[in-house]
Amino acid sequence: VTNLPSQQTAGHKGGRSCIRYRCGLTNTIQDVLNQRPGWVEVKDDGEWDLNWCDVGWLRENFDHSYMEEHVRICHFRNHYELTRKNLMVKNLKRYRKTLEREAGRLEASKCDFFPCTFVLPSEYHIFVEEFKRSPGSTWIMKPVSVYSSDGSRSEEQKDEAQVESYVAQRYIENPYLIAGRKFDLRVYVLVTSYIALKAWLYRDGFARFSNTRFSLSSIDDQYVHLTNVAVQKTSPDYDPEKGCKWQMQQLRQYLTAKHGFETVQTLFKEIDNIFIRSLLSVQKTIINDKHCFELYGYDILLDQDLKPWLIEVNASPSLTASSQEDYDLKYRLLEDTLHIVDMEGRLTGKEKRVGVFDLMWNDGPVHMDVGLEALGSSCLVANTHLGCVNDRQKQLQQLLKPFPGQKRT
Amino acid sequence: MLDESAELSVSITQIVQRLKGTHLHSQLEKQAKECLHKPEIKLETLKDDVRRLLKASGMTCLPPPRHPRAPPEHTKEPLAYMRKAQVNWEKRILKSLNSMCTELGIPLARKRPVPEQNELTNKWNEMGTDEPDLSKFRPVYAPKDFLEVLVGLKNPNNERSEDLTVRSHWGLIQVSLNVRDIPQTREMYPELGLTYGQLGIDDHTHVPPDLFESEHIHIGKKVVSEHDSAAAQQYSRQGCPTGLRAQLWSLILNTTDDPEAITHYEQLKARVIHHDLLVDNLIYKDVKLTASNDDYYFVFEDYLYQVLLCFSRDTAVLEHFNYNCATPPKSCIQSKSGSEQCAVVYPPNGVIPFHGFSMYVAPLCFLYNEPSKLYSVFREMYIRYFFRLHSLTNPLCVLSLCLQFERLLQTHLPQLFYHLREIGAQPLRIAFKWIVRAFSGYLSTDQLLLLWDRILGYDSLEIVAVLAAAVFAFRAENLMEVTSLASAEAVLADLSTLKVMPLLQIFLFATSV
Repeated sequence: VTNLPSQQTAGHKGGRSCIRYRCGLTNTIQDVLNQRPGWVEVKDDGEWDLNWCDVGWLRENFDHSYMEEHVRICHFRNHYELTRKNLMVKNLKRYRKTLEREAGRLEASKCDFFPCTFVLPSEYHIFVEEFKRSPGSTWIMKPVSVYSSDGSRSEEQKDEAQVESYVAQRYIENPYLIAGRKFDLRVYVLVTSYIALKAWLYRDGFARFSNTRFSLSSIDDQYVHLTNVAVQKTSPDYDPEKGCKWQMQQLRQYLTAKHGFETVQTLFKEIDNIFIRSLLSVQKTIINDKHCFELYGYDILLDQDLKPWLIEVNASPSLTASSQEDYDLKYRLLEDTLHIVDMEGRLTGKEKRVGVFDLMWNDGPVHMDVGLEALGSSCLVANTHLGCVNDRQKQLQQLLKPFPGQKRT
Repeated sequence: MLDESAELSVSITQIVQRLKGTHLHSQLEKQAKECLHKPEIKLETLKDDVRRLLKASGMTCLPPPRHPRAPPEHTKEPLAYMRKAQVNWEKRILKSLNSMCTELGIPLARKRPVPEQNELTNKWNEMGTDEPDLSKFRPVYAPKDFLEVLVGLKNPNNERSEDLTVRSHWGLIQVSLNVRDIPQTREMYPELGLTYGQLGIDDHTHVPPDLFESEHIHIGKKVVSEHDSAAAQQYSRQGCPTGLRAQLWSLILNTTDDPEAITHYEQLKARVIHHDLLVDNLIYKDVKLTASNDDYYFVFEDYLYQVLLCFSRDTAVLEHFNYNCATPPKSCIQSKSGSEQCAVVYPPNGVIPFHGFSMYVAPLCFLYNEPSKLYSVFREMYIRYFFRLHSLTNPLCVLSLCLQFERLLQTHLPQLFYHLREIGAQPLRIAFKWIVRAFSGYLSTDQLLLLWDRILGYDSLEIVAVLAAAVFAFRAENLMEVTSLASAEAVLADLSTLKVMPLLQIFLFATSV
């Protein structure tokens, strides 16, 4: 590593050439940080410029750490407002009420993407009422895992967590099936600021299939219904070599072939809506901090009417790879995340696309740049391209200046 | 040989015969009857008037189903040594199948006891969850076995010198068939030229949709709404939009949703339920080994069983042997009285599946998921195209595709071909598996479907040979540096990132000839 003096580049952030990072995880992110030119790992008590920490470290140290202006950390202090199911429900319900008051019922109905959920034990009685009102309905009990009263663990650690309370959630009995199998979608959203809200949507993601065929009669078969790869791995049917994922592009093409272009366009717009509304609902509760950014893993389920439902948001989405393809996806995801965090000061701040990330919300909806032909037309197209093709290498080459000390290839 | 007009009337009779009893026929009759009530009709010119009115009403003639004349053996395949090779090959695979049957002590066919029938009916939609013990079964043959047959084909009248000259053929195929070179291929595929818009190129994100894509999709919608089969075929040459492809292919292949098709499928399903065939195990094994291990097709495992098990029992497929110079394999079974043995076609559809066969069906699962629809489309594609990829048949079959591939490579990339030959990496050894499967399982699905759009659009598999050569051309630089067959295979192992249409366009239209 060459010791270049830290440069002040034309970017609004002070560009640095030698970046010290601390990493609390031992998976794909380690490789990404390790292989980034000019980045050095510091351990233990060394001073760091970027900390890719786990939530445990965050909980114990965030409040006592002093962070200089340029320093970055990969979580928001109270992200659990979004990720813990009981808090998410509370925030969303409150946001919905506000929306109904201010903008009417139609606008508020755009928040109806969360299956009916009750926090237990506090909402036990209303839950029972609702349960009685819908005979024959199925409810799923989900634990709210906590670790000594606040914070949530990463996906990999969930099985070891202590459970403090439950939520009862209406089970979606008519999921969209492909060849008889249930699946859910994993989508990545990067938030770099809550006030004003700035969120990026990653074009790639995947659909995770259940290994067994869906039928309500097999409700006791826990493996059928839970599609998280982490759970699937414990199913006796599971064959790790088989892989049970589809790339988002593949899914989008399949759905387009079946339902036509416009229907699928609408579906993906509704999925965008889920991200934006869920983030807006916690905008005022999350403690904003210019040092913080966070990469969320959203779990979305489609029903037979092609309505998307939000199942869960993860603040520490699994970064362990299940296959080479998966590794490549997560590698690029993390690399692009670091491009956006931009410790090197190479971005102008006006970009709408970095690598595979599209800027989805910047204190308001972000629209695609329109060509000259479309000027004058009132048609604004959202700047999101989930499941669409991307030419990442080319885009990055054009966008980013080379790393300090590197020649442009 | 029959003379022209007699041939024509034979064809017409056959077409009429085929049309009788179909939905189309009853539609025509109905329309004709309606025409009779029109005032313009005069008794003297009845025939012409009805014909004119039929045309005016929009009932244009669909391109007749490909139904070449039913010739005797020698007109199917005039070359004696080819016929002999086909017969020998068939004997071999039948022997392999029969010996497997004897070894394992499993009957070729057996009636299922009723409880088993019921179980299968219940599990019909999830046969993939079954895990039968398939370890004893082996595929009857793999593509590379067939390649050896092709390589061994020689015209006994042709003395081939062993010298390697500029004029000799450097490849593995030793027969001289008439195949198209690049200038001729350009004439055959004008719509792939540089001045035509293409899906697979001009729908790229950087290209404004107004230049081609929007208009093309608009035309596609019109073609679909007008149920115009010939137009669909022409349209498909420039690619089918994802949202319209299923309907367009259906139009081109003349598969309909009519009740006959559904009934037929249900009958086949009933046959599957009642009888168990030895080949069923081969199908299971093939699906488990190939499609189930594919990153994308694994989801469709159940559909593949539903299609392939029915396909084996579909005697309507036997019709394609009228123009396929293969003969359906026959096996001896005991007659009911137990005293006689009679030869019956086995499997009932005359097609013994080989390793990788299920990959013909897998890409179609992306487009169709009603079983009878999926089945109809697959069957039609098989009897028009896929059968040619594993038999020696006139005019176009895998043999001529291989030869075309080798000739294209030798003519336009002689340095590469020579180099590969010298290091013991004959190009066909690598490309053969792509050709036999029409690239299914090797290209990414969206690219594969763009390729198959053109197969349907031009009603020919030639494009598969051209693509194989274009792939070699694309990776020529890397291939020039390899020094062994294994490393050549490694360079060409992963085609999943290839974009088919640019490769084809460059190879055909941007290569200096």
